[in-house]
Amino acid sequence: MKVPITWLNDYVDIADLNLEELAKKMTLVGLEVEEIRLVGMPMPPGEKHEFKYAGLSWPEDKFVVAQVDEVMPHPNADRLVLCRLNDGNEEIIVLTGAPNLFEYLGKGPLDKPLKVAYAREGAQLYDGHQPGKQLTTLKRMKIRGVESFSMICSEKELGISDEHEGVILLDDDAPTGMPLVAYMGDAVFDVDTLPNMVRDASVLGMAREIAAATGRELHYPDDSLTATGKPIQGRAAIQIEDPELNPRFVLGLIEDIKVQPSPYWVRRRLNLVGMRPINCIVDATNYVMLELGEPLHAFDYDILLNRAGGKSPTIITRTAQEGERLTTLDGVQHTLDAEMELVTDTAGALSLAGVMGGEESEVTSSTTNVLLEGASWNFINIRKTVSKLKINSEAAYRFSRGVHPALAELGVRLSLKRMAEWGEGQIAEGLIDNYPNPPADPVVELSADWVNASLGTEIEAQKIADILSRLEFTCEVESDTIRAQTPPHRLDIHEGVIGQADLLEEISRIYGFDKIPSRRLDQPLPPQSSSEELVMEDDLRDLLVNLGLQELIAYRMTSPEREARRFPPEYQAPEVDYIEIQNPISVERRVMRRSILASMLEIMEYNSSLDQRLALFEIGPVFNPVEGQQLPQEKQMLSIGLSGLRHKTTWQGGEPEVMDFYDLKGVVEGVMQGMHIAGVTFRAGEHPSLHPGKTAEILIGETVVGVMGELHPLVKANYEMEEAPVMLAELDLDAVLGAARILFDVEAVPTYPPVLEDLAVVVDEVVTAADVENVLRLGGGDYLAKVQLFDIYRGKQLGEGKKSLAFSLTYIAPDRTLTDKEVLKLRDKIIRLLDEELGASLRS
Amino acid sequence: MTEKEQALAELEKIRSEALAVLADVADEEGLEAWRVAHLGRNSPVMGVFSGMGKLDKELRPLMGKAANEVRQTLEEALAEKRELLETAALQNMLTTEKLDVTLPGRPVDRGRLHPLTKVLRRVTRIFGDMGFQVYRSPEVETDDYNFTYLNMPPYHPARDMWDTFYTKRDGVLLRTHTSPGQIRVMRERAPEPIRAILPGATMRYEQLSARSEIEFVQVEVLVIGKGVTFAELKGTLDDFARRLFGEDARTRLRPSHFPFTEPSAEMDVGCFVCGGEGCPVCKETGWLEILGCGMVHPVVLQYGGYDPEVYSGFAAGMGIDRSTLMRYRIDDIRHFRNNDIRFLRQF
Repeated sequence: MKVPITWLNDYVDIADLNLEELAKKMTLVGLEVEEIRLVGMPMPPGEKHEFKYAGLSWPEDKFVVAQVDEVMPHPNADRLVLCRLNDGNEEIIVLTGAPNLFEYLGKGPLDKPLKVAYAREGAQLYDGHQPGKQLTTLKRMKIRGVESFSMICSEKELGISDEHEGVILLDDDAPTGMPLVAYMGDAVFDVDTLPNMVRDASVLGMAREIAAATGRELHYPDDSLTATGKPIQGRAAIQIEDPELNPRFVLGLIEDIKVQPSPYWVRRRLNLVGMRPINCIVDATNYVMLELGEPLHAFDYDILLNRAGGKSPTIITRTAQEGERLTTLDGVQHTLDAEMELVTDTAGALSLAGVMGGEESEVTSSTTNVLLEGASWNFINIRKTVSKLKINSEAAYRFSRGVHPALAELGVRLSLKRMAEWGEGQIAEGLIDNYPNPPADPVVELSADWVNASLGTEIEAQKIADILSRLEFTCEVESDTIRAQTPPHRLDIHEGVIGQADLLEEISRIYGFDKIPSRRLDQPLPPQSSSEELVMEDDLRDLLVNLGLQELIAYRMTSPEREARRFPPEYQAPEVDYIEIQNPISVERRVMRRSILASMLEIMEYNSSLDQRLALFEIGPVFNPVEGQQLPQEKQMLSIGLSGLRHKTTWQGGEPEVMDFYDLKGVVEGVMQGMHIAGVTFRAGEHPSLHPGKTAEILIGETVVGVMGELHPLVKANYEMEEAPVMLAELDLDAVLGAARILFDVEAVPTYPPVLEDLAVVVDEVVTAADVENVLRLGGGDYLAKVQLFDIYRGKQLGEGKKSLAFSLTYIAPDRTLTDKEVLKLRDKIIRLLDEELGASLRS
Repeated sequence: MTEKEQALAELEKIRSEALAVLADVADEEGLEAWRVAHLGRNSPVMGVFSGMGKLDKELRPLMGKAANEVRQTLEEALAEKRELLETAALQNMLTTEKLDVTLPGRPVDRGRLHPLTKVLRRVTRIFGDMGFQVYRSPEVETDDYNFTYLNMPPYHPARDMWDTFYTKRDGVLLRTHTSPGQIRVMRERAPEPIRAILPGATMRYEQLSARSEIEFVQVEVLVIGKGVTFAELKGTLDDFARRLFGEDARTRLRPSHFPFTEPSAEMDVGCFVCGGEGCPVCKETGWLEILGCGMVHPVVLQYGGYDPEVYSGFAAGMGIDRSTLMRYRIDDIRHFRNNDIRFLRQF
């Protein structure tokens, strides 16, 4: 909420605080000042300011209150007039085109001079003819043959509002010659009001916090009424159907009111807060809402009389009938449901309770008698209505957060008083007050001991009571115990242990967080345990980084179409269930992802042309709905993506090599080895996204834990990617981490020299390298320490459908040097097995 | 000349001639040729040994000794010459071989963590050192955990503080903060004391812009025990801020409101970019807002299974994205999930 500080000053004396000090005090009690807009006042002294400033200052020598004594025609222009103006020092002729001065043209010297805001030569102000806020400096110039060097200002030129239709006409008592800043200079604080502090969405509420923070006195506005009209009793009635929804309803009546503009100071204040002045009736309700936080509603009394057939109207509050319709004063017709609370009379709905008035009974320029409503509503009910009808208003903002019923009466009294003052109406004696459901205003009991034990402070009981009293709690102190009665303007204080926490917040906030000591935790350590899964996940991240991969974090939100791109065009993907978002920001992000590969592919597409070499991974969840469960399974997955050059090109040249399946396999093997996972095997597999001949399933023992391979060319065509093939792997993280070993046996470092031997094995094309290796290991037994494939050869000599795999074998015995004879024996066994198992021969 | 004198003169000739030739040898190749010629099997000095049989028996020991001396002299001279040549060759190599050290090195294809992971790790390590354990809780949550158990019953005004993504499943939403994890940890641990942190992704309905994201990473901090004080909240978070932002980091707490803590506060840290002088990063205020915190609300304790008459605690939540933006002065929050390689490889 925006608050002008001169208005705050009505309730708490803050004139001696500079803007910076005041804003800091407010921020430290929970009224965060987001911006300070100067409307005349100077910047606070000093180079450094903690707050953000905007707006315009009015130097005392440049802007003054002046009076126009006569409005005269311009010799050469019909649309301009000349004003004989007195600025307190001298008489000046000032030229203006303001339409609201034309009515004084040709009337000779005015009996009652017009008070205006006058800017002298050299003054810096906003250009009234330019859009927005553009600064300009007043210079001497000739306009249509008449010299001009100064100006009578509009609100826009002074930075008060965007109004530029006419110049400001100040109230008659404005003292001529007074610096304008002294008369009406201001600064508007834009305060972020916390949701639990709706009591502070009012000038008085903020003043109360400032009073509490500074230990100053809070002055309530004078609400004494002088009734000059007939009593209201018998001229209206109230009937409340559900006191839960409508705890209180108060009516006041004012008659013979003149619907006219409010005094200038009222209109200026409303403008500064950002509310458009309308007329004295509407302004009085809005003014009091801003002042007190109690929204009010004015009905045209004669329309109500009319609707009641001339009899005294009865106001009935009730819930709407299902399907009942009401057109609110913004011209929108609403269809209501049976939960929505209405203010009605015997002829039907008048307004949407606590939210917005109806069109029909609205006050107009011909209104003379006003029935004024001040009520209190159930905030949850109002919230439901507001969210269902998607309607908002200043009233709904406050009522949907809880306004204390005590404010209903005060609001009506203050508003009637203002209407009488600004519209010369006659206030009917008395109010009609129906108050079936007063709130509890709990009494909270707490001990200073407990407060100090909770905060870590040493505040005396009396000091605690003082703090609470400053916030208008009524406190009794009995040795260590404080009994605090909640003041009748807040609904956020509860009973019992919750109430104690509520008060703890109030005490600590006003005492000052900065005065509470800062101490290290003095608590026993909880039973310690590790979240092993998360630790290992981090180990895996490090391992992947060590393998040269870049970590990604992808959006969880996607769309089924985006995910479907990972399939070939003709592929019939099985229907899957998604976690669908009811209110997505776009159709592109309307479900939670189910495929981590789809995320990887999108990111590879994005980066495809941006780097020669992409080596990427992501660890994150996919969201799989589970039949019969409210929440989806959040399955942690690992994806790996490689594409482009094996090594980036350098000035040293060399033939660039493109990464292929085996680069990916190397990474996957590196992961498995790095996590010390045993029993990892690979076998040819299938996956709709992958090239059918270049796909492998990754197994740990008998369990498939993932898939890897080269992206299917038809799928690749779905993405805009560079030419290089794309390698992808997807692994079930839980399965991988579940098989990872933290503890493993380290093999002894060999003390005897190894025997090395090369063996080229000729097999049929269908025999895999793994098949051969298995036989080699079978034959070599424990002595065969290492098997390494170093060459693959296909050629005429071998014959059609044959290939030669050359292995380097390392034999080692832990306790001796192996003899040639022993090695020969092993070799013979291997050759025999190769022949028996695979029909393989040695390449000659 | 006696036979002896003649023989010795012969030897002396062999010696001096060989040394004279050696003096002119200039490289390794010449040296080897010299060695073969003057110390090899067919060299003159070796000829002396093989011709020993023809000599007078009495002369043999004397001549043998003298020939040996010559051979030894030649071998020493060879070694000396070899060393000289090697030294010269090394000197030559060191003076002629010269790299352009300004040429770029061969790039090593280094892997990297995502910047959010980097910063998250610093945060978790600091709390880990203080005895906090890391937990994970669901990203798709129930309305109850995200709101009701955190003291925000349906239609509670504070629900407006978070722009929520709802799912089409009844009572299921995308968590707007990591705070639902508080309840999950409490229910798992009650009545034990707790020191927990819960990092994870959270989601809020926002218009994507340089300053606002729909997905971001948060860390929740939770302490539960008997007699946990606001002073300890301050102390713990002060220590944390000093370790994350530097020894002399200044902090302040401002009152705030979160339905699940009371009192609630926001912690600001003195702007580490300008040192509090005011700059665009801190919007000229000298302060950066880094986290929200407060004492755990009694209602939340109750939902978590702790009796608020006996237990108390504090909680804090911080946005990792925001801290990362500030740390590296990143201009656009969307970089984190766009995963542009040109952005990522700067870390």
